Amino acid sequence: MVQPLPGSIDAGRFGPYGGRYVPETLFSTIAELETAFAAIRYDPTFWDELHYLQRTYTGRPTPVTFAARLTAACGGARIYLKREDLAHTGAHKINNALGQGLLAKRMRKRRVIAETGAGQHGVATATVCALLGLQSVIYMGTDDMERQKPNVFRMQLLGAEVCPVNSGSRTLKDAINEAMRDWVTHPDSYYLLGSALGPHPYPTMVREFQRVIGCEAREQMLEATGNLPDAVVACVGGGSNAIGIFHAFLNDPNVALVGVEAGGRGDALGEHAARFRGAHPGVLQGTYSYVLQDDNGQIALTHSISAGLDYASVGPEHAWLHDSGRARYTAASDAEALDAFRQLSLLEGIIPALESAHAVAEAMKLARAMQPSQSLLINLSGRGDKDIFTVAEHLGQSGITP
Amino acid sequence: MSRIAQTFARLQQQQRTALMPYLMIGFPRRESTLALVPALEKAGADLFELGIPFSDPLADGATIQRAGQQALTNGVNLSFCLETVAALRQHGVQAPLLGMGYYNPLVRYGVEQVCADLAAAGGDGWIVPDVPPEEAHELHHACQRYGLDMIMFVAPTTPNERIAEIAQLASGFLYCVALTGVTGQRDTLWPGLGDFLQRVRQHTDLPLVVGFGISRAEHVAEVGTMADGAIVGSALIHQLEQLPPEAEVAGSVAFVRGLQ
Repeated sequence: MVQPLPGSIDAGRFGPYGGRYVPETLFSTIAELETAFAAIRYDPTFWDELHYLQRTYTGRPTPVTFAARLTAACGGARIYLKREDLAHTGAHKINNALGQGLLAKRMRKRRVIAETGAGQHGVATATVCALLGLQSVIYMGTDDMERQKPNVFRMQLLGAEVCPVNSGSRTLKDAINEAMRDWVTHPDSYYLLGSALGPHPYPTMVREFQRVIGCEAREQMLEATGNLPDAVVACVGGGSNAIGIFHAFLNDPNVALVGVEAGGRGDALGEHAARFRGAHPGVLQGTYSYVLQDDNGQIALTHSISAGLDYASVGPEHAWLHDSGRARYTAASDAEALDAFRQLSLLEGIIPALESAHAVAEAMKLARAMQPSQSLLINLSGRGDKDIFTVAEHLGQSGITP
Repeated sequence: MSRIAQTFARLQQQQRTALMPYLMIGFPRRESTLALVPALEKAGADLFELGIPFSDPLADGATIQRAGQQALTNGVNLSFCLETVAALRQHGVQAPLLGMGYYNPLVRYGVEQVCADLAAAGGDGWIVPDVPPEEAHELHHACQRYGLDMIMFVAPTTPNERIAEIAQLASGFLYCVALTGVTGQRDTLWPGLGDFLQRVRQHTDLPLVVGFGISRAEHVAEVGTMADGAIVGSALIHQLEQLPPEAEVAGSVAFVRGLQ
């Protein structure tokens, strides 16, 4: 069972990063949320209710799978998968949506706003709102709606209103802008932010709801191997699955933590979403963190084959883990992610989300350079059903038969 | 006494409500601002809020978003905005000029540097909607160092004790957000506006200037009975969107005259 962390980061800052850069209209709303979160953070009745739903609704704990054939193919470290793809709705996003949904209910909110990139958070939010009897309004960029069509339909089936966002790059960043505009207009609504970013208390709160991944995985690895893994690898968009699995290992200095960003299709600004390659600290959407931007401070367009990683900024705690050196951040290209997507499908019978495939790509490289006596844990943050059309298109383009 | 404080002192003597048009720098065309500001000053505008375009303006509605995108397409950046302020002063504009922009371009430019450069250009202060008092430390200090006013916001959602805290930090005037929402034209004023402004008035002697949704002459007149100034943004931008380039100045002048 996950125990809450002592409140060492209550000020909403991770080193210099984080904060609450929001318009005044929202400030009291955010302060109210902070108070409500502080009230449930150490309230066993809240966590009992959440744990009950995690067990009986989400299907937690999710297993850790030894990837025998992938390990053999790489010829190095033993590769394990934390199977968040097996959680209800098919990704780790449900962990946060369930926690915040219960909080919204305690705050007596009736209307829930959310943004979504890949659609996984939108689906998770729509699901939780259906479960708890709340109204859900989900903002999604029109480019993302196109590449994640199945999730749009799923959200609608679950009773959500999906609002297309046609501004800017028509992806996650623009969906967050629109969701925040809705929130400014309806401060009585609950904004169910989907990743460990945005203004305080979101980065801390989302982490607290995702920390279950790492807490479970740490126990499961000890049970399976008698040891902690030598490395933990996770993809990083906003960074919620990564912070969720990293956190349980922060005080294990021998466990390398590796975050994998979207390398996209090139190194030029606009061709990728690798914030730790060439981003500058700045303020976007309520938080101070690394932000991909031009010399004038305009937010850069980003590209990734994976909608869930296609974002110009990164959660502030990752910025701090990066600067402090506790975690290392690297990137996998679109092509590498596609290759890993196929490898995991063919070798393990697991179709990963394109987001998670970035982590698999880096893990395969790492495993090859490690000893067979070592082990490596991948956070398989989601399943890839939503991505099959995108992948088919790309494989078709490159002349490969899947 | 800052230029802004002097302006409000004079208006108070004249028993007039300040009229503050919002213009996006470099909109509709890159050079438009240089002609619009002097003409609108002659037409009776008392202060100017000059928008600095940003890619992700999350407090703004569709009209100002479009204007910002057009300004960015026109190649406007923060340096150009500062040059525009300096040029307006060279052209003899006397009214206070306030930079309105989101924080990231200021951070990238350097908060200290941008305050030094705005002051040197003849600007009078900053309006930065995504910097609440809790995050205002650096900007506030830099403003003080260079004699700029840092305009703070109060909103209908701001509790009384917080209004008092904000007012202590603010100078120049208090920007009173006239509704819960983003910028944009509205048909009517929010019915709670009078009560909200009374609540604010109990906590400060600073001039109260009302913005968001102020779209017509009757709105400006009604605000004038409750506050010290009115900001008209989206409605003016909307006018500019409709006007052919050769009628930009005359059409805006007519619109601003019509507001008084």
